[in-house]
Amino acid sequence: MEKHLFLAGHTACYGCGEALGARLVVDAAGPNIITTDATGCLEVFSSRWPQSAWAVPFVHSLFENSAAVASGVEAALKALGRQVEAKVIAQGGDGGTADIGLQCLSGMFERGHDILYVCYDNEAYMNTGVQRSGLTPYGSNTCTSPSGKVSWGNRYLKKDMPAIAAAHGVPYIATASVAYPKDVQAKVKKALSITGPKYIQVHVPCPLGWKSDPALTIKVAKLAVETGLYPIYEMENGVVTKVRKIPRPAKPVTEYLKLQGRFAHLFKKGGGEGEVKKIQQIADENIKKYGLLSEAAAKVAVEAEKE
Amino acid sequence: MARTFTEGSKAVAETVKLCRPNVIAAYPITPQTHISEELAQMVANGELKAEYVTVESEFAAASVVLGASATGARTYTATSSQGLLLMTEVLFNISGMRLPVVMTCANRAISAPINIWNDQQDSISVRDAGWVQLYAEDIQEASDLHLQAFRIAEHPEVLLPVMVCMDGFILTHAYEPVYLIEQKEADAFLPPYQPQYYLTPKNPITFGAMMGPESYMEARCQLDRALCGSARTVEEVAKEFKKRFGRFQGTLVDTYCIEGAEIVLVAMGSVISTIKEAIDLLRKEGVKVGLLKVRCFRPFPREAINKALVGVKEVLVMDRAFSPGSGGVLATEIRAALQDVKKAPEVKGHIAGLGGREISVETIINIVKDRKSVGREDRFVDLKEALLS
Ligand SMILES: Cc1ncc(C[n+]2csc(CCOP(=O)(O)OP(=O)(O)O)c2C)c(N)n1
Ligand code: SF4
Ligand SMILES: [Mg+2]
Repeated sequence: MEKHLFLAGHTACYGCGEALGARLVVDAAGPNIITTDATGCLEVFSSRWPQSAWAVPFVHSLFENSAAVASGVEAALKALGRQVEAKVIAQGGDGGTADIGLQCLSGMFERGHDILYVCYDNEAYMNTGVQRSGLTPYGSNTCTSPSGKVSWGNRYLKKDMPAIAAAHGVPYIATASVAYPKDVQAKVKKALSITGPKYIQVHVPCPLGWKSDPALTIKVAKLAVETGLYPIYEMENGVVTKVRKIPRPAKPVTEYLKLQGRFAHLFKKGGGEGEVKKIQQIADENIKKYGLLSEAAAKVAVEAEKE
Repeated sequence: MARTFTEGSKAVAETVKLCRPNVIAAYPITPQTHISEELAQMVANGELKAEYVTVESEFAAASVVLGASATGARTYTATSSQGLLLMTEVLFNISGMRLPVVMTCANRAISAPINIWNDQQDSISVRDAGWVQLYAEDIQEASDLHLQAFRIAEHPEVLLPVMVCMDGFILTHAYEPVYLIEQKEADAFLPPYQPQYYLTPKNPITFGAMMGPESYMEARCQLDRALCGSARTVEEVAKEFKKRFGRFQGTLVDTYCIEGAEIVLVAMGSVISTIKEAIDLLRKEGVKVGLLKVRCFRPFPREAINKALVGVKEVLVMDRAFSPGSGGVLATEIRAALQDVKKAPEVKGHIAGLGGREISVETIINIVKDRKSVGREDRFVDLKEALLS
């Protein structure tokens, strides 16, 4: 059996993208790290006393302070002359990162701490039972953005966290998806080779919150990318330097949406077509903005399959 | 040892420097600001080798020292009022993880109405956060308490955060001649921090795990036991400090003119000095009055208080904070403590000096003289009736 630094036996749901994401990140980083984590699914399913899935040093404090706790860890390593001992990785869910923890994250970026911050983006507050966050996509049905007679679900667009990180002058920013494990790991390794603050946002499907088949986690994650809804790219020193191309023509968003109960209301009642169209527009704009469409569609598609 | 005429904040900063903290994080708020500014300057001058993290809020300041302490560093922060309340969530977390952080709380009133002046509503409001809370009477004590605080916090049987409370402006901004300690002496009193458990790849452990109904209560009970047990360390450290430096301002409590006293005033913080003056005057008039100073509010020194109040007829408690809808906080706890005492004295509560309202020697004398007219309810002292209508 392969040796992991994020151990099996935790209590995540079957098909949980976040558990997979955390394992990929920690394994890629190796044993010489100190990790922090915000309150959320990851913390709850990995660290219930007297067990812990973390074979690396790990500290969970609160929902909104993972970045500040990590800042303290990094400052302590510096002050004690122990910098060579460990790299610091701060982690949080989309809520702990983009909403309640944004201020601490901004402070961490601004002060230039040598920390890799990883946001596991499952697009809602899953730990508390699926409420919307600033990273919940448009049209998604959550417990606080429910669809109803006069509602089509979440009314707001996904907050552009990488752009917020870029505005802080963060030297390395990347998006990734558990659909492409090698890519996640390569980005973690690259990030850790750079001094200063780094931000990686990993798309991690949540079968429970997305009401998708746990067996299809990877397929769903892949479709988010292939439709253009979750662009995968790297930004170095403020400019997009690398983009994961998607096969031409891009898949229609309906292929992605229809696999998930959180979008089911868009297809059930009359009038949902307009909303689906808006979501298609979001994908089209991403495709344009990041230049997602590949020239040699088939080849890239084959390569992606190999991963 | 020479005395230097120094501002309270500067004296505290000088002592903190002697403690050689590795990581400092603080956010400006009146009346704490001078302390963190002094420390920033010391770091900038290269006199103090520490990481000074310029955080974006008090919430982050507390979180940064939490992370640094968990990594094995000696850490320090300081705040007041709204800043302390903004830290609240982290305060509980720091004690729950048993991290020996030291903090200065420059006591200030709480908004609304916004008010930058002194009372103790801030630290009293977080009394349940699981921190040791020590209250300074004057600048010398505030300064000395910091050296003691690190010793208490890092004691292997304590491993708890310590909050040194000093009245804002009255102690932070006033100047007094202060004995400052030499670095060599400080080092001898406070050896480098050697954490037992900390974040390191050499021994990967998990901090801040989740606990369910099957174990949470035991963890909380352990916190309570450690905090109660820390009383011994607070006492020992004060005694050792006396031996080394010749200065002593009490252990858990201190007393003044308490022998043969029929009436005893009980209070915390800078008002103690004012009370002593009032007692001197009252004693001259033949009033048998004494003082019980509560130096350590958490752990609450129930036994020491009871012992000091044996045979006393009347107890007059002065509170510089209160629990709206209930009364003076110290008064309430003193009443509870006295349940253990046979023929317990009558306790009358006085809420005074809120939001910087002066407590003068006359205020104290009047409290003693008017005591018979006060009922069972804790009384707000020197209220302006015209403003209440
Ligand atoms: C200050 C505070 N507010 C609210 C909560 C409740 N809470 C815990 S986790 C969570 C949501 C976590 O969402 P996210 O960060 O997206 O992580 P996920 O569980 O989805 O992985 C919430 C609202 C809390 N623990 N602390
Ligand atoms: S609710 Fe979602 S994120 Fe949480 S453990 Fe289950 S699948 Fe993972
Ligand atoms: Mg989430």
